[in-house]
Amino acid sequence: MRMLELSGVSVRFGGLAAMTDLDLHLDKGEIVSVIGPNGAGKTTLFNVITGVYRPTSGEVLFEGANLVGRTPDAIARRGIARTFQTVRLFPNMTVKQNVKSATYGSTSAGLLSTVLRLPHARREERMVDQRAEELLSFFGTRLLEHRWNQPAHVLSYANRRRLEIARAMATNARLLLIDEPAAGMNPEETREIGELIGRLRDERDYTILVIEHDMHVVQTISDRVVALDHGTKVTEGSFDEVANHPAVVESYLGRTE
Amino acid sequence: MSSIGVDEWSSRVREEQSSASRPHALRRHASRIGWWPRLGVFGVVMLLLPHIGLSVYQEQVGINALLLALTAVGLNIAVGWAGLFDLGYVAFYGFGAYVFALLASNQLGQHGIHLDAFLAIPIAVVVTALIGVVLGQTTRRVSGDYLAILTLFFAEAFNEVTNNVDSNRLGGPNGISGVDPIHAFGSSITTPLGYYYLLAVVLVLVMAGLHLLDKGRIGHAWQSVREDALVARLMTIPINRVKLIAYALGAGVAALAGSIFAASQGGVYPISFTQPTLVLIYAALVVGGTGTLSGAAAGALALTVVTELLRQPNYAGDVFYGAILLGLVLTIRPRIRLAAMLGTLMVAGFAARAIVEAADPEWAAGPLQSGGVVRTLLGHWLIVPSSPTIPGNWAVVVLVALGMAATTTRGVVRDICIVGAVYAAAFAWEARLAAEPSITRQMLIGALLVSVMIVRPQGFFGFRRTAVV
Repeated sequence: MRMLELSGVSVRFGGLAAMTDLDLHLDKGEIVSVIGPNGAGKTTLFNVITGVYRPTSGEVLFEGANLVGRTPDAIARRGIARTFQTVRLFPNMTVKQNVKSATYGSTSAGLLSTVLRLPHARREERMVDQRAEELLSFFGTRLLEHRWNQPAHVLSYANRRRLEIARAMATNARLLLIDEPAAGMNPEETREIGELIGRLRDERDYTILVIEHDMHVVQTISDRVVALDHGTKVTEGSFDEVANHPAVVESYLGRTE
Repeated sequence: MSSIGVDEWSSRVREEQSSASRPHALRRHASRIGWWPRLGVFGVVMLLLPHIGLSVYQEQVGINALLLALTAVGLNIAVGWAGLFDLGYVAFYGFGAYVFALLASNQLGQHGIHLDAFLAIPIAVVVTALIGVVLGQTTRRVSGDYLAILTLFFAEAFNEVTNNVDSNRLGGPNGISGVDPIHAFGSSITTPLGYYYLLAVVLVLVMAGLHLLDKGRIGHAWQSVREDALVARLMTIPINRVKLIAYALGAGVAALAGSIFAASQGGVYPISFTQPTLVLIYAALVVGGTGTLSGAAAGALALTVVTELLRQPNYAGDVFYGAILLGLVLTIRPRIRLAAMLGTLMVAGFAARAIVEAADPEWAAGPLQSGGVVRTLLGHWLIVPSSPTIPGNWAVVVLVALGMAATTTRGVVRDICIVGAVYAAAFAWEARLAAEPSITRQMLIGALLVSVMIVRPQGFFGFRRTAVV
């Protein structure tokens, strides 16, 4: 089943073509990696899908509905959540508050019912609390309970990346866009994050689009790999097909004369 | 400081918990008591306070303090929680007061409108909240400095309108008088004490409601918007609506305060809702701790009491010397160093006076401005010349110079500068400053605010925020 389908998407900033006529699709339950040199348009792709940029032309269909022109928060409420290449947590909120904040779109308590402590508001509060704890527990020994009430800015780099994923999960998304999860991680953490992405799909049924530079991670996790360069798709297919494609080799290593 | 294998945050918290003698221990003890018991204690204290027997003047100060607290608590919603730098807030306060005054007086009598105060307050609150929504909606695409400028224009526009537009109804610079008092339980509230009680109850209720919101769904959304608005959007939060709610609630609280203000003084005047009021509200919030309700209330109460104390020369002296001592105690470490400095200060003072007296008695013959304990303590220590004006002026210059020197030097030189500055301060106060209460008051308030911000930039109850992860 098609979950996400981009057809003929172009993004222009004045005279600069950041993305030209891109076609891309994701089926439910797939893990697809996007690779490409810096400036290839990978993060632009995420920004187009999440509504941060509006494509100049083309269509972005998510579960059959066109996302073009919708606001980022509306798209997030429909079930797409993301992480950021440069981690962007809410630094002065606690670990747990970071996760809880992302449940805004899937909860409904209004001002009055919050102030009057009406039963459904209290029930919802308990539910949100349990959900945050359950999501943080997904990371096992990495985001242990004593961290939950610490401000996010005291976390280690690797834990910030994990918390970002937890926060994205809290939006009740079905599609996760994960931007360079292994950037800045040591080899052990890199291996772990690869495993984690596999678990996200196997245990939690997420469909995942991931941008990654680490080829070992890409090889381990991907069902399919899409290579971008200069805002267009160079090729796509299995890891081996893409990794050996002459255009991909060229875009990474340069032309051999 | 931090031991190996323990992260920075854990070690800091543990250290804070173990060092009860540190200056902020009081706050830490307070924060270990829950928020609700603290609010309860605050409410009971505020309600019992008049029973110690306050003069009408002191009750009036109490009303001002509570009004400032209520407005600061309202300002905190947009500024502290949602991170919206709103400089137009004072206009909401004025707007609420004017709407109430128009409805609850004979001002609109020819249209047959003269409402009961109990009806006029909710109308004023709702109308002002809607104005808040309008302001928020028109400024929704800007933030930071740009938002500050736009909202400042809004406040100025309000001031222009109340001064110049439709003076038949709005009264121009003379405002509106003959505004009804508030009725409660079958009788009108006409005494300052009555308004004091009303405001205390309203403040506690508003704080309770806002605390519940802060801990709930909307509170998390506001904080997310403050921390990173784009990410907040991508995490399902409709930031525009969330901001509008902050504006509307803040405006509503301001209008509530404005209505009670108008009723308590039986009128409204444009001068009450200009920039100085805005600065005062901001100062209360910042000193107390932006982003915390307790801070907004505590800052407002402290600021009002201090500014009133500074009106009377005797109290002003106590505040002046008290602030200097407190500043020394809070900032000089270790204690032995503080003791050495105070010792030096005492010995040097007595020695200086003895020498000067021996050389020319005329130079030490001037009277001390302070009375009471301060006079007894400083009598044989401080030199006060019989014609103090010019030396007093120079002492202010020396004080500023030594103060600046103290911030740029270190070690013994710095200590000597501080000792000199304290002596110069005492000299300047007795010779000159205490005789000019109106000027001194402004300077002292400024100096106190600066000192508080240096010692505790996040305010009494605030938390340090990290800008970059």
